[in-house]
Amino acid sequence: MTGRLALTRCHSALSLQDGGRRGYQRYGLSGSGAMDPLAMATANVLVGNAVEAPVLEFGLGGGRLVVEAGRGRFACAGAPCTLRLDGAPIAGHRTVTLAEGAELVIDPPREGTFVYLAVAGGFEARPLLGSISLHLRAGIGGIDGRTFQAGDTLAFPATEHAAPDDRTVDAVPLDRDAPIRIMLGPQADSFTKAGIDTLLGSTFTVSHRADRMGYQLDGPAIAHGAGGYNIVSDATVAGSIQVPGNGRPIVLMADRQTTGGYPKIATVISADLRRLAQRRPGDPIRFEAVTLAAAREAALERRRAVADLPGRLRPLAGIDVERLFGANLAGQAVDALRESP
Amino acid sequence: MAAPQPRLLWCGDTAITVEFGERIDPDATALVLALDRAVREAGIPGLIESVPTYRSLTVHLDPCAVEPGEIESALLALVGPVPAKTAPRRLWRIPVVYGGAFGIDLADVAAHHGTTPDDIVSRHAAPEYRVAMNGFLPGYAYLSGLDPSLALSRRDSPRPVTPAGTISIGGVQALVASIAAPSGWHLLGRTPVRSFLPGRDPVFLFEPGDAIRFLPIEPERWDELDRAAQAGERIVDGEIAS
Repeated sequence: MTGRLALTRCHSALSLQDGGRRGYQRYGLSGSGAMDPLAMATANVLVGNAVEAPVLEFGLGGGRLVVEAGRGRFACAGAPCTLRLDGAPIAGHRTVTLAEGAELVIDPPREGTFVYLAVAGGFEARPLLGSISLHLRAGIGGIDGRTFQAGDTLAFPATEHAAPDDRTVDAVPLDRDAPIRIMLGPQADSFTKAGIDTLLGSTFTVSHRADRMGYQLDGPAIAHGAGGYNIVSDATVAGSIQVPGNGRPIVLMADRQTTGGYPKIATVISADLRRLAQRRPGDPIRFEAVTLAAAREAALERRRAVADLPGRLRPLAGIDVERLFGANLAGQAVDALRESP
Repeated sequence: MAAPQPRLLWCGDTAITVEFGERIDPDATALVLALDRAVREAGIPGLIESVPTYRSLTVHLDPCAVEPGEIESALLALVGPVPAKTAPRRLWRIPVVYGGAFGIDLADVAAHHGTTPDDIVSRHAAPEYRVAMNGFLPGYAYLSGLDPSLALSRRDSPRPVTPAGTISIGGVQALVASIAAPSGWHLLGRTPVRSFLPGRDPVFLFEPGDAIRFLPIEPERWDELDRAAQAGERIVDGEIAS
């Protein structure tokens, strides 16, 4: 049986995502996929899915959903926000079974940017080029390649039998204060020593020009070398830090252009790109240069963290009691209920 | 020519760029396309995809499955000498309506070069181009082979929107655009051909290395060809060229 979820309030930043597309950058199509793959994996593992199963990605706007048909097991993970089931706050980073008629509200996150909603079995959509991920600029993925509108519905495989015991997992870390690790290059030699010192020694902030294509950063201008700021276009990667003529760096993200003609002073390492993605306009950013060996070690660590997720699930009962108990001692029971994800 | 000495540039931990030059140069493009083919045929474990550009090949990889030293050696071992001019695998004949509302810069480009629009059209439609790279947006094909006498630096102010299918030139490059997008290039015409069309098989038409010829057509044929193309019909064939 097919369940049906209606989006009764949505925001332009809401989209369907999965692990994205591979193999089409040679045709000019970037990969898309979840901006925070660890948070997507966490939501999926909670409900027993493969780590890259289709999920709803909520940006800063949040959203409201109503189960119109069927019953499904859901979980949210990612940036901390208030979740309300039929008006009552519930914790994130846990499973919850929603029956027909249930309403789930996902408030805009208190910090960070992206929250993921997974359903057991995954949301159903027609893949294009191997993925259901919305790539808005290309007009593909999601529903007809467009942003959601209130009233849109999504299908999911409804569960027939009684829900298993609910479970929970530690919240996905945002590490908001830690520096974002980068590797210099591929065009660090297009910048002066002072320009590189500016990148490594300054505090930048995420500007309001930040979306799934790229995050433009505010801060001191980065000085180009004598060669100027135009290069013959070459390929970009997710995490490329390109610096156009005004000296303001732009970090290219999941839906980026696949080639570009501005020199790329550095590249965010793969393990830290999700941490950058979770920063929001106004959040500070400092960069730290690391070696390829350190970047690979971080990538392996992340791979292990995703592989370990199933073993870190815990039964929900007991844990919440402990949390409430601890919170009660501090006299903040209500806040504890609202505390997660 | 001496064996090429490409630069290897890591782009974070998930990609490495093999750079054959910093300028647009036919030898560099030929080396890139030859290496791209060799990399795809070699099936190196851990490699995800390769992206050719005018002057470099970027190889995306799984950092957990590939040793940096090994991938560097494997890529360098696949770099050959500059290939002799090879026949393209496919030749596409692209119908283009030049000038007027279809190519709003044609008259200005002609005036800049002190000639007539018809002369610009015949010079633009004369060569057999190669797809040097697809990039920027899905299905945008950047060509090599533009008549150097047509070279013209980009407009001072880019236009916020240019139509789907725009045929344009910028610097020494020629472009077939797919979807509407901002552009600072000079718009000579439009083609009804969809180089990128979701839902059609294939979604993308042009492979890097394919040959392209432009076929001037009358504006009267636009509506019919455009409708057919939007419906997913093949209004152009990629002939086997060799």
